[in-house]
Amino acid sequence: MKTTRLFLSAALLVGLALAPANVDAQVSYERILNAADDPGNWLTYNGTYSSQRYSQLAQITPANVDDLELKWMLPNQVFGAWQSNPIVVDGIMYVTQRPNDVMAVDVATGRVFWLYRHTNAPNALVCCGANNRGVAILEDKLFMGTLDAHLVAIDRINGQPLWKTEVGDVNLAYSITMAPLVVKDKVLVGVGGGEFGIRGYVAAYDADTGEEAWRFYTIPGPGEPGHDTWEGDDWEHGGAPVWITGSFDPDLNLTYWGVGNPGPDWNAEQRPGDNLYSDAVVALDADTGELVWHFQFTPNDGYDYDAVQVPVLADMQWEGEQRRLMLWANRNGYFYVLDRETGEFLSGEPYVRVNWSSGLDQNGRPIPTPQPEGMPTWPGNQGGTNWYPPSFSPRTGLFYFAAWEDYATIYRPEESEYQPGRAFLGGGFDVLTPAPGAPGVGIGRTNPINNWTDEVGHAAVIAMDPLTSQPRWKYEQFDVSDSGMLTTASDLLFTGGREGHFHALDARTGELLWRASLGGQIVMAPVTYLVDGQQYISVISGNSLVTFGLRD
Amino acid sequence: MRLLLRSAACGAFACALLQGAPDEASAQLADHQYTSAAVEAGSRLYVSECALCHGPQGDRVDGVDLRRGQFRAVQSDDDLRRIITVGVDDSRMPAFDFSAAELDAVVAYIRAGFDPEGVAVRIGDPARGAEVFNEAGDCSSCHRVNGVGPRTAPDLSDIGAIRTPASLQRSLLDPYTALLPINRPVMALTREGEMIRGRRLNEDTYSVQLIDSNGRLRSLVKEDLVDFEISRTPTHEPTSLSGDQVADVVGYLLSLRGIQ
Repeated sequence: MKTTRLFLSAALLVGLALAPANVDAQVSYERILNAADDPGNWLTYNGTYSSQRYSQLAQITPANVDDLELKWMLPNQVFGAWQSNPIVVDGIMYVTQRPNDVMAVDVATGRVFWLYRHTNAPNALVCCGANNRGVAILEDKLFMGTLDAHLVAIDRINGQPLWKTEVGDVNLAYSITMAPLVVKDKVLVGVGGGEFGIRGYVAAYDADTGEEAWRFYTIPGPGEPGHDTWEGDDWEHGGAPVWITGSFDPDLNLTYWGVGNPGPDWNAEQRPGDNLYSDAVVALDADTGELVWHFQFTPNDGYDYDAVQVPVLADMQWEGEQRRLMLWANRNGYFYVLDRETGEFLSGEPYVRVNWSSGLDQNGRPIPTPQPEGMPTWPGNQGGTNWYPPSFSPRTGLFYFAAWEDYATIYRPEESEYQPGRAFLGGGFDVLTPAPGAPGVGIGRTNPINNWTDEVGHAAVIAMDPLTSQPRWKYEQFDVSDSGMLTTASDLLFTGGREGHFHALDARTGELLWRASLGGQIVMAPVTYLVDGQQYISVISGNSLVTFGLRD
Repeated sequence: MRLLLRSAACGAFACALLQGAPDEASAQLADHQYTSAAVEAGSRLYVSECALCHGPQGDRVDGVDLRRGQFRAVQSDDDLRRIITVGVDDSRMPAFDFSAAELDAVVAYIRAGFDPEGVAVRIGDPARGAEVFNEAGDCSSCHRVNGVGPRTAPDLSDIGAIRTPASLQRSLLDPYTALLPINRPVMALTREGEMIRGRRLNEDTYSVQLIDSNGRLRSLVKEDLVDFEISRTPTHEPTSLSGDQVADVVGYLLSLRGIQ
């Protein structure tokens, strides 16, 4: 008893010593703006506004990565793919779990301070799992989007909800799975529901009150430019959801968002026209939501090639000139470089086998080569890559992402009738397999036994040189991968995959330097931060959040 | 180090999946009774007339799984025709007034395992099939059934519950396109010089789990292998059994439904 008391007093003293720092260090907009220079924390979904997922931390190096050891684990009690991206602020990690729980976790011990649980409307509907990919933070508030299309503000110290705003109509199958993005005094969030005939948008909310500040529809209404890329009333239920967090360039005051597929997914003939701004990136004025430019990757898409990849912003020398670039490995199989000031197309080359198009014209518009009925299309329905966050290292100048190679599907387009709140798919598809009836790959992995094999698709980490559009190196995996990437100033690349291996690669060469078999699928990117001055790395594998640091 | 024989054969996958591989033997068997046009016509008729009660997968009536050839009383195609034509007393199966061609079509579709592009499968006598399986067919020298036989090849004790008739027939007639990738024979040579042959159970980037030719479970770390190859050639050739014998073996395999 005496020992316990003594121990408690000691802990209390330490706690008191730390507490004032925690309370004082509110997360101001300026702090998020300068997140790259604050690598002890992980302040936004993608780490910084430029979404490079590159950390200046360099304590863990190619030379000592072998000394990584388990610091703590936090299993959740909720089953299903855990796609959440933690943020870390002054010693506290905020991570969500299915369907819409937020936990505040002590990064030193992995113990939980509080858990906030949002109860969704029973008719909340999502295509691909009750996923939530994380929270955003501003000052003393956390912000989470919910499966029933609400935005909730939560007190970051005690976990109490502060306001709750309806972003979309759950009865029409609007939902939110992405982590919001805070820009200045606003919380920006997009809506999912591309498989249910929604009309997508990005909207901004006042961080203090939850009041809507602006809304940008990803399908233009009557009288707006681009409306004529739809026929009849197709635009009213044409999809174009926004379900992955965007980026922000403070100098240009532009915020960038990748837009998802048009609906119905697989029957392009049912909705003639380019179907703007589906499968496009849009650049919006951060204060007004006004469209400044757009670039559409896949016009009149019939393959579900959402452009919901993270817009990665990098400043590089391009043909002898320093330019503000946007790097983009798209689900449609092409890797693009755009000028993010103007939206100008600079280059685009396939990084996996592509047969739905024979190439891109000088403006970056694909030359379509639709396959005959019953014939396979490369890349398949899940794409050459998908939503998993890539990384750009300014040190190596390389762009890293997970690609699905040798993966194809056979589409079966059918006429679909739009019914509010119901699936609006336009047919179906089969994964191409080497034998009739053989198992294929789909969304996520639910089996420790891989009986589909690499013959239906397999992963490669691709280190892409943006200047040449050629991979500098590839790291092949047997199963496909939905893992994101993390690079560090010590030229390490951390990533996972569906097999549950957590890898540290040499970012320059692709050499495997270290790995841990965590067993559960890794379907998000790792994050890194400091705990008492020591670099830690957290990654979610299966139902466990696992944290590594160097041996003491 | 790239150890896998990575098939560059996506083109070949397409062939396997798309053409349905009608070699000579299967053409004889399939068109012996039903044409692929009949199978296709049957799929439309099934959807409009039968699916309401039997369900899209043919398994909605207790004790009946049409797609997998599981019936309450039916053995032969003639049994099927009779029941469709006269119905079943004391059950909810009504009598249908189909033309001969329509009857052929529905039976063909059921026998094709509900695969509109598949081939119709004749299902023979399970008892005779068991004999062929163990003797003329020599299947039991590799496959294990109900605790008897080696474990080299996949255990077939419940194969009738997990495969369609068309898929079973295809495995006999055209093992090249029927073989599931995980079942491809593998060969591994360890650094110590041990040659291991077997069949994969699981694989990932760094390791492979298999049953070796001695029936032992082995887990191999790829880094420790000097060679690891996956053969695209199945362990058996297309069968030389007669059409009747193939039908009997398919009948036997369909009767294998695992422990209940």
